[in-house]
Amino acid sequence: MRHIISLLMENEAGTLSRIAGLFSARGYNIESLSVAPTEDPTLSRMTIVTSGSDAVIEQINKQLNKLIDVVAVMDLSDGEHLERELMLVKVPAAVAASEAFKRAMAVFQGRFIDTSNSTCTVELTDIGVKLDEFLQAVGRDQILETVRTGASGIARGERILKL
Amino acid sequence: MELAGELTGAEITVRCLQEEGVEYIFGYPGGAALHIYDALFRQDKVKHILVRHEQAAVHAADGYSRSSEKIGVALVTSGPGITNAVTGIATAYMDSIPMVVISGQVPSTMIGEDAFQEVDAVGITRPCVKHNFLIKDVRDIAPTIKKAFYLARSGRPGPVLVDIPKDISFQKTTFNYSDPVVIRSYNPPGEGDMNQVRKAIQLLMTAKRPMMYSGGGVILSGASAELTELVRLLGFPCTNTLMGLGAYPATDKLFVGMPGMHGTYEACMAMQNCDVLIAIGARFDDRVVGKVEHFNQVQRKIIHLDIDPSSIAKRVKVDVPVVGDLKRVLNQFLVELRSIKQKPNAADLAVWWKQVNDWRFKGGGLKYNNSTEIIKPQYVIEKLYEVTGGDAFVTSDVGQHQMWAAQYYKFIKPRRWINSGGLGTMGFGLPAAMGVQLINPGATVACVTGEGSIQMNIQELSTCKQFHLPIKVVSLNNRYLGMVRQWQEFFHGNRYAESYMDALPDFVKLTESYGHIGMRIDKPSDVEPALREAFSRKKDLVFMDFQTDPTENVFPMVPGGKGLSEVMLDPNMPHPEVEDL
Repeated sequence: MRHIISLLMENEAGTLSRIAGLFSARGYNIESLSVAPTEDPTLSRMTIVTSGSDAVIEQINKQLNKLIDVVAVMDLSDGEHLERELMLVKVPAAVAASEAFKRAMAVFQGRFIDTSNSTCTVELTDIGVKLDEFLQAVGRDQILETVRTGASGIARGERILKL
Repeated sequence: MELAGELTGAEITVRCLQEEGVEYIFGYPGGAALHIYDALFRQDKVKHILVRHEQAAVHAADGYSRSSEKIGVALVTSGPGITNAVTGIATAYMDSIPMVVISGQVPSTMIGEDAFQEVDAVGITRPCVKHNFLIKDVRDIAPTIKKAFYLARSGRPGPVLVDIPKDISFQKTTFNYSDPVVIRSYNPPGEGDMNQVRKAIQLLMTAKRPMMYSGGGVILSGASAELTELVRLLGFPCTNTLMGLGAYPATDKLFVGMPGMHGTYEACMAMQNCDVLIAIGARFDDRVVGKVEHFNQVQRKIIHLDIDPSSIAKRVKVDVPVVGDLKRVLNQFLVELRSIKQKPNAADLAVWWKQVNDWRFKGGGLKYNNSTEIIKPQYVIEKLYEVTGGDAFVTSDVGQHQMWAAQYYKFIKPRRWINSGGLGTMGFGLPAAMGVQLINPGATVACVTGEGSIQMNIQELSTCKQFHLPIKVVSLNNRYLGMVRQWQEFFHGNRYAESYMDALPDFVKLTESYGHIGMRIDKPSDVEPALREAFSRKKDLVFMDFQTDPTENVFPMVPGGKGLSEVMLDPNMPHPEVEDL
């Protein structure tokens, strides 16, 4: 099953590789991983999207907790949560001008953020499957390039991951 | 500007070791570590033992830790110094041995430039350390080394590496070691949850076929006395894993031997068929429970006591986990058991013990066909046990000799059996024995080895000479990589691919050339006199080259991928039929 795990870690060199190394050494899946410093500059927050049986997910949580540089771990999938992913898409100017593309932009609430003589770049923020749908709506052969951040997650309501 | 009272990073490093009460460190110098070696030279509190290969430095520090409650320290240089140390670090990591390794690194200004003897020490050791550090500021040296010692010894212990670039080891700052260690992300468990303890005790009280299974965690926690008391209070059968031998006295009637691949028949059968299993500082290793699917075929409740939550429910489902330091958790069990006045059902327990004893009878104990013609390896271990009064520190290498030593030397105290259980590192025995001998001066230290393993670190005979370490090397020389040969005989159609040790040296002459005493023993009748002679030489290292039966196999054996009740017994020994469950 798909799980989304959020963690706080020391904002130090090498912490990311300890986490990435843990996943590869123990054969766990990483679907996506996103990380950046928090409002407390000594901490970084990471969101990992992974999948596995309940036993594997339990081990992933325990093994992450065991890393000395990991300060707190929360499996967001244990409760209601929100997730968002940022995607940038570059298309030819002609495609961007098409009615179909504009319709898709309206439906998925995309923003035009850059244009050149021959290209146009748009930004979308949503859950991963919605971004997939947008790409499908535009059509793969219409797209010059895409870049996605992977999901960032946060629990709904009062559930908080903070030191 | 240089302030009065400032020390170099190297001097601070050595001061830290002094503050930690480190008496011996094991190491090998090289360019990036030279400032630290210079600082060592200019003091006499921390004594340095010069090994002949960095792997041996780490194994020696490891033996030092395992045979005491102190932390072994190794010091190596950058590049090949640290890569040679990796096998030793991984060995310590797999067995959760507290250790601090200090490595020199190329100057910080040259890191990443493929400098001479540069290797990413933190990167290359990351998967096999509890934690590691690359020092970037001389002011971080003291607090980091203090953290390293704290991390190594607390919680589930393990090796910690501190990598110090050469330029930083020569920069200066003031020395302060008094600040307490604060690691906000690290809070090792203490006592167990009392509700879980009560739940566990209720399960134990209702068990009809209970079994106690303890591992290396009990020894690491210093909880042998508590374990022994608990086993006696409950009267349940008790097994110790390879890492746990000595935690419960092997001579006691409640002890059923080691479980697993080369465990006793009764321990394997009792592990498989019990209805409540309490695992104490053990991790359901594949060499202990065999094939998990087979182990799970029997319905049983499992109680698991461990300091590391990630050891719980890793390979088998656990019904009652108790996370905590075992010494404290076992004390909680003892206090609670005494207060509830409830006792296990004596009638049920008697029936279960009859079954366990029937298995013991069928297994025939640990016996072998002795010979007057050829030396049986088991016979050497039996005599070693007798000659040393069962009170030696015994290190071993890896292979058949290791299993025979584990089976036939009946350990009655913790920290006496020193072997590489998790990683299975050949070459461990002799350097580990050096560490054991240094921290236990005057004690009898035997290294049980084979002609394959000993050659992986035989250069340490030179270290033993330099530092007057009177280790007794008991080499079971069968001219084969015996365990490999055994698997090839059983599972690879007798095709002995590369398991024959051809062109062996004359070990007597080799030992003599290192300045020690060598003995070659060919006849069974010479085994005991040779051991007596060797062990009477309190000041000498004696290398005993026992020419043993090359065809002998280790039994019982649970073949890889099989279940515990599929254990094979020695086909050459009688095994009376008994009623099974």
